[in-house]
Amino acid sequence: MTPEEELQSNVSVASSSPTSNCISRSTAAGGLKEHNYLGLSDCSSVGSSTLSGLAEDDKATISLKATELTLGLPGSQSPPRDTELNLLSPAKLDEKPFFPLLPTKDEICSSSQKNIASGNKRGFSDTMDQFSEAKSSVYTEKNWMFPEAAATQSVVKKEVTQSVPKGQSSTTNNSSSPPAAKAQIVGWPPVRSYRKNTLATACKNSDEVDGRPGSGALFVKVSMDGAPYLRKVDLRSYTNYGELSSALEKMFTTFTLGQCGANGATGKDMLSETKLKDLLNGKDYVLTYEDKDGDWMLVGDVPWEMFIDVCKKLKIMKGSDAIGLAAAPRAMEKSKMRA
Amino acid sequence: MNYFPDEVTEHVFDFVTSHKDRNAISLVCKSWYKIERYSRQRVFIGNCYAINPERLLRRFPCLKSLTLKGKPHFADFNLVPHEWGGFVQPWIEALARSRVGLEELRLKRMVVTDESLELLSRSFPNFKSLVLVSCEGFTTDGLASIAANCRHIRDLDLQENEIDDHRGQWLSCFPDTCTSLVTLNFACLEGETNLVALERLVARSPNLKSLKLNRAVPLDALARLMACAPQIVDLGVGSYENDRESEPYLKLEAAIKKCTSLRSLSGFLEAAPHCLSAFHPICHNLTSLNLSYAAEIHSSHLIKLIQHCNKLQRLWILDSIGDKGLAVVASTCKELQELRVFPSDLVGGGNTAVTEDGLVAISAGCTKLHSILYFCQQMTNAALITVAKNCPNFIRFRLCILEPNKPDHVTSGPLDEGFGAIVRACKSLRRLSLSGLLTDQVFHYIGKYAHELEMLSIAFAGDTDKGMLYVLDGCKKMRKLEIRDSPFGDTALLADVNKYETMRSLWMSSCEVTLGGCKRIAQIAPWLNVEIINENNNNRMEENGHEGRQEVDKLYLYRTVVGTRTDAPPFVWIL
Repeated sequence: MTPEEELQSNVSVASSSPTSNCISRSTAAGGLKEHNYLGLSDCSSVGSSTLSGLAEDDKATISLKATELTLGLPGSQSPPRDTELNLLSPAKLDEKPFFPLLPTKDEICSSSQKNIASGNKRGFSDTMDQFSEAKSSVYTEKNWMFPEAAATQSVVKKEVTQSVPKGQSSTTNNSSSPPAAKAQIVGWPPVRSYRKNTLATACKNSDEVDGRPGSGALFVKVSMDGAPYLRKVDLRSYTNYGELSSALEKMFTTFTLGQCGANGATGKDMLSETKLKDLLNGKDYVLTYEDKDGDWMLVGDVPWEMFIDVCKKLKIMKGSDAIGLAAAPRAMEKSKMRA
Repeated sequence: MNYFPDEVTEHVFDFVTSHKDRNAISLVCKSWYKIERYSRQRVFIGNCYAINPERLLRRFPCLKSLTLKGKPHFADFNLVPHEWGGFVQPWIEALARSRVGLEELRLKRMVVTDESLELLSRSFPNFKSLVLVSCEGFTTDGLASIAANCRHIRDLDLQENEIDDHRGQWLSCFPDTCTSLVTLNFACLEGETNLVALERLVARSPNLKSLKLNRAVPLDALARLMACAPQIVDLGVGSYENDRESEPYLKLEAAIKKCTSLRSLSGFLEAAPHCLSAFHPICHNLTSLNLSYAAEIHSSHLIKLIQHCNKLQRLWILDSIGDKGLAVVASTCKELQELRVFPSDLVGGGNTAVTEDGLVAISAGCTKLHSILYFCQQMTNAALITVAKNCPNFIRFRLCILEPNKPDHVTSGPLDEGFGAIVRACKSLRRLSLSGLLTDQVFHYIGKYAHELEMLSIAFAGDTDKGMLYVLDGCKKMRKLEIRDSPFGDTALLADVNKYETMRSLWMSSCEVTLGGCKRIAQIAPWLNVEIINENNNNRMEENGHEGRQEVDKLYLYRTVVGTRTDAPPFVWIL
């Protein structure tokens, strides 16, 4: 099966129920309202056109990618880049259509915005295309339209990944199980995030919860200098620093390229053009975290498992602000003290 | 009207405590308005932006207790960005300046800072009671201020807040002279707890009735705590992982037997399954049981516990209890008034723990049931019709079918008739949450029959604007309407703008209202704050000439007497 076919089949299976409902409803209403709450649509050919060209596009965009906002994890060169490409196999593509998600009926289905649909479907891969093709602001906006917190986004991600083979969080299989589609809706089911977090932490300690040890969520706040609001991510939905890094990049580039991309309206941007350039140069931001002792450390120094155990908050700091922050030796020292 | 001296009238008013009644009293005549406002001690403000502290204090200079709510309800589900607003600081500053004799502050969905808590603790010498529900923005340092400075503190009740736990010594900040505690609830704290300080505090608090521990309080500590507080009425257990034969466990068993006043049990945040049996001896006294965080306890243990709880009035549980477990509840808990069944598997991986059968069983067995929140995988019209027949006394009916748009799983049709039966039968229904596949028809029923409905939550429902119009038109007592992902647009929104003056608020997200429509409302109704929450791009909502067609992500509008708020973040656009 080619990636496109898989994608299409996933789309149709996953959205069968809501789509048919949509159709019956809109027929009943006598109007053409395509409410596709899952952000999936079979009216958009998704980027089947873009999919085929994906491999080449990826390569073409690597060099541009290298200049984008990166989180400068010590010892890693924005690692996912290459691995991402490898992972952009059918498996990866299958997952990415489900992420990010758009909760709503959306313009996804309206013809004028097919790009958006494709954007949503392709997730990270289309981000790469986005940069290279300098798409319209509308596209950009839609691409990042998850209401608020990455809590939901990451909940989604967690939900998606958990509905596929346990224990994996970045690669998925090709199953387009309806539960996976169902699990993507932002802010749904209507359960308080406090409850989600608490239950998840409880599950962590239990061996018998649905045979999925360690399947709980672990939400931490992520703030970024200059960003208008903070987000939340579920650390357990990633298995290594690379995944975390790329997820954060995706999340926070809305504040940068998302604004300059389009109308050219930079007047009221949170970040000035010069800052944007800094971002694009890629090395100006570092990812830091606050640990259980309240100290701010650079992300990436301790093993991943230890990191998610101690990380209380994340912050994307300007490189200049992060000078003097606990570097590797101290981090390891602390971890030894804990052991 | 005034046959009595004012003092007598005031004395009569003292017996009127409900906010609604007092509001009604104040409308009778000027004299009653005046008497009422000087005698009002407890004030409830459902939307902190509908009024400001200065006006509040001008009207009620003698207030002692203030309840404030901030963010809209859907903020619970991450639909509202953290920085949206709801800051308590200006309120506390104003109250402090006015030297009002504040004794109680109850906040829900507000942003509270350590600074606010510190100011609160220093400004009101008689301060007694702090209740924070779903708040955020503060740390245990703020709690330390309260502990240290509020000499007459009676209640410190923290429910489901996001608190930065600095693992400091806030518990040891209660001075040795503090012996007045009645309620201490810190279950939502994530960090370690100073057990010594906690035990000493409990030991010197003879009036302590409600104690809810966090997960850092282990079993042996619990045993000691219960031993020095046998008068406890409401207990939240923290961590509970010892063997049945271990000494702490045996001590706990002994202590529990002495707690003859215990009526309410909750917690079990980290619980080994078998430990519930220690509580069997007191189960027959329990009126409230919250096991909704006890994810590790198997349904068989839950059932064994519940079988002893024949006086239970309130039960919060996870759906892992299953339909069978609910049948046991139905046959045991004949006094049950409120039931909440939460989903244990949030991924929805097909784990059909409870179905419509469980709900029907409960409705048949628990005739006093008036409030229900039920998460399930599937539902049928037939079941809902039966439930309506069995329980015509529902005040709150919230059904959440986990998969949006899911139809009746037997007929594959919409669930309009089922919900219609509920609103038709339950004449006192005040709160309703819908889910599943629903057409405009269900709203037709709601508008026609739900005369008392005050709060309605709609998600993924309806076909056309008619749906929303039925509700706005028919539900005269509607106060809070929240809608997501439903095809309602400007026509419905603008049909009766004056209606919004009778309501507290309207939330619409991922619907079909346009920027043009929102601007129109803002124009017609200056007494409304029309807020657009736009998270992607601050510039997206610029006038570019196409706004008539530009759809709005999130609309939140609410009546206010104080105009536009000044603390909105950049991504909130107030029209």
